[in-house]
Amino acid sequence: MANWIPLWLHKLSSPPTFYRFAGTLQPWATALALLTGAIALYGGLVLAPADYQQGDAYRIIFIHVPSAWMSMFIYGVMGLASFIALVWRIKLAEVVAMESAPIGAAFTFITLVTGSLWGRPMWGTWWTWDARLTSELVLLFLFLGVIGLYHAFEDRRQGARAAAFLALIGIINVPIVHFSVNWWNTLHQGSTVKVFGPSKMSGDMLWPLLLMMLATKLYYIASLFRRVRTDLLAMENGKDWVRKIAESEADR
Amino acid sequence: MSEHAASLSRACAAMLRRDLLLAWRRRGDIAMPVLYALIVTTLFPFALGPEDTLLLRIAGGVVLVTVLLAMLLALDAMFASDIEDGSLEQLVLSPQPLAPMLGMKILAHWITTALPLIVISPLMAAMLHLPAAVIPVLMLALLLATPLLSLLGAVLVALTAGTRRSGMLLALMLLPLCVPAVIFAAGAVAAAQQGLPWLAPISWLAAGLVLAVVLAPLACAAALRIALDA
Repeated sequence: MANWIPLWLHKLSSPPTFYRFAGTLQPWATALALLTGAIALYGGLVLAPADYQQGDAYRIIFIHVPSAWMSMFIYGVMGLASFIALVWRIKLAEVVAMESAPIGAAFTFITLVTGSLWGRPMWGTWWTWDARLTSELVLLFLFLGVIGLYHAFEDRRQGARAAAFLALIGIINVPIVHFSVNWWNTLHQGSTVKVFGPSKMSGDMLWPLLLMMLATKLYYIASLFRRVRTDLLAMENGKDWVRKIAESEADR
Repeated sequence: MSEHAASLSRACAAMLRRDLLLAWRRRGDIAMPVLYALIVTTLFPFALGPEDTLLLRIAGGVVLVTVLLAMLLALDAMFASDIEDGSLEQLVLSPQPLAPMLGMKILAHWITTALPLIVISPLMAAMLHLPAAVIPVLMLALLLATPLLSLLGAVLVALTAGTRRSGMLLALMLLPLCVPAVIFAAGAVAAAQQGLPWLAPISWLAAGLVLAVVLAPLACAAALRIALDA
């Protein structure tokens, strides 16, 4: 019945169609990301009450936790795109996987930095070999490994396929690492926000956090689309549709 | 059907014999990781001071990490000469399934690099005053952890087969994969040192090894096909 969905997805995976589609959506995603990010920051830094135990220092949570969610979410997206790229050999999936990696690495890095800034007043140390911190650090190395392998090849598509394979190995590895370091050492607090069941957080702190999560997602979409568009132009530089775009740019 | 199996096992045996013979003809290369491990172990007392109590505490971990680094250095050479003279491409094209052939290559590489390291590990442990009672546990942990590292490393080496310089990249890619193996191996040694039961981490290592023995050659074959664009 709903035959147009696979048909539309199939069409979307062709580089020129996706280039136009991403071009229309990208400014909206950027604007919405800025707007929701600004509201969430105002809500988190000004409106939300101070924590009874951690005072104002807890406010870094509004950066730290959404970044941590994004680091794992982007790894998931990268893994999924890698799987599609390897199984169906779709060029767009390769590009999405490879362009997700630097954004994911950036979010992982932000998570580690804000976490260590938060850890200093709360735990009295910048860094501790706790399970969650170590898993996040390993996640950063996985991202960097994917980026490094991608750039080690002269042929971009071959590099993308090899790096996609590494991303898939990593996705099997992440739970194993998490489990093994959990068994090894734990200090980090458990989850406060739960998808199922009530969250252990007051509402006026929760809404900026969730809004920030939305803002980071929108930022990811905007940044990814911009990067993918550039990459598609570079990759398809001999094709007709790229020449048309270049000519229309030159005429302006 | 049985004829197929017989020809496969003959091919596997030939592969193993070839790689071991090649390694034996260049015996000097086998000694290099061993020398490297001994030198690194010697450096630790110089850097940390010769106190017995301190060395005794870190001995297990130092030996594990040293063996890991020595293996990492040797890992690069696993397929290097075969790529240079094109015999790896012949292997990909051969009628035998690629995964068991690569499994044999990994086994040969493990025998030539990791086994000598395990043999000298008691010496390294004794240099750092590890109690004699803990040394069998250390060797058992190494016996399970080193093949695991060889198998995981082989997949990554296969992935980098199409690139020119891959040494540092290999270290970056292997680090996240070897974290669980190091944690469980070190956990077993630490437990044995404190007189606690050490069977659980050893069992986890064994479980990981079983999983890797089955999956890693398949992943290695897939990675090689990607890297060689075959």
